[in-house]
Amino acid sequence: MLAALVIVFREVIEAGLIVGIVLAATRGVTGRGRVVAAGVGGGVLGACLLAAFAGELSALFAGAGQEVFNAAVLLAAVAMLTWHNVWMAGHGRSMARELRAAGTAVVAGERPPAALAVVVGIAVLREGSEVVLFLYGVLAGGTSAAALATGGVLGVAAGAAVAAMMYYGLLAIPAARLFQATGWLITLLAAGMAATAVAFLQQGGFAQVMQAPLWDTSWLLADGSIPGRLAHALVGYTDQPDGLQLLAWAATVALIWTMTRAVARRARPAGPATRPAAGAVGAAGGRGPAAGSAAAE
Amino acid sequence: MVPGTGDSCVFLRLLPAAALLVLPVAAARAADPPLELTIKDHAFAPAELRVKAGQPVVLHIRNEDATAEEFDSASLKVEKVIPAHGEATVRIRPLKPGTYKFEGEYHEDTAQGTLVAE
Repeated sequence: MLAALVIVFREVIEAGLIVGIVLAATRGVTGRGRVVAAGVGGGVLGACLLAAFAGELSALFAGAGQEVFNAAVLLAAVAMLTWHNVWMAGHGRSMARELRAAGTAVVAGERPPAALAVVVGIAVLREGSEVVLFLYGVLAGGTSAAALATGGVLGVAAGAAVAAMMYYGLLAIPAARLFQATGWLITLLAAGMAATAVAFLQQGGFAQVMQAPLWDTSWLLADGSIPGRLAHALVGYTDQPDGLQLLAWAATVALIWTMTRAVARRARPAGPATRPAAGAVGAAGGRGPAAGSAAAE
Repeated sequence: MVPGTGDSCVFLRLLPAAALLVLPVAAARAADPPLELTIKDHAFAPAELRVKAGQPVVLHIRNEDATAEEFDSASLKVEKVIPAHGEATVRIRPLKPGTYKFEGEYHEDTAQGTLVAE
């Protein structure tokens, strides 16, 4: 039972962190609960389908179907995270202002964060399919299936607890700075996903350039350990990154930073009605949260 | 307030640049004949593989069990699901001389193996 708990927890933890960050990043957005739930539900459904068709998927692209699929959904998630941050660069300031004015009340009239629902769905889909395959194997194996399944359920619960911890931890951040923090978290999340996508492409036999590991920090933080997995999920940490992975990571950070900055600069003079209050936020919050990830220099 | 319009414009304009930066180029695939590895009764056969250091390695894994297995190795940087009664190709980057552990994540008690690069 303990083994099942550990394995399932290990798979669920990444999705849990992402769900926690997404919930915090969409604080105060109308209908975000429904949207995030739809993402989780869609992800679970997709995970079952993915597990059922694991054989067919593997056979695609000359045996590299899994890698191509993983890289593709990760890059889709990178695009969605980028979109979210760019969107927040234009709207985060007014959202943070209303959040602080209304406490925890819902901010009216903002578009639901559909992009992040897709990100949640992809995270649940990727990790979930492995959980489904594992639990299916346990049940098919027959040996003390009940105990192992209990372990599996507890593992999922532990993953949900991580999501809750991430969420409530982020909510401790004052509203004025919350979106700045989540902006950075999402930028690093996207960068890590881009690097992981590159790793999958390399594993699939594509893009096999700049493959020599640049350094080895496995003595400090090993990829296989739980802290290593947490660091991997959050910022794309890997103990032996290669050149192309590092390039993808850095390029993603640079791209999101540049885009959010450009949008935040355009958004500022665009709405004359919001100017006085925006000034107030700027004074209170120092670096304005509207710039999201771009705000910190 | 008109949300969105300006932002998405910038986003769409920058998207091709994003694709260029993130999408890597396809490169040549490894040419060496693949090493055969079989999973049976949740164990690897052979349990030890020997490869030449400094060369890309291709593993061809066949799963003869009725349940899926995940070939997993933190040190080899590989994670790959091998379906029940299925097979998979695993590509490993050129390795430094040394011993690398791998395991079947779904059956860690029995599915253990090592790959020695020399």
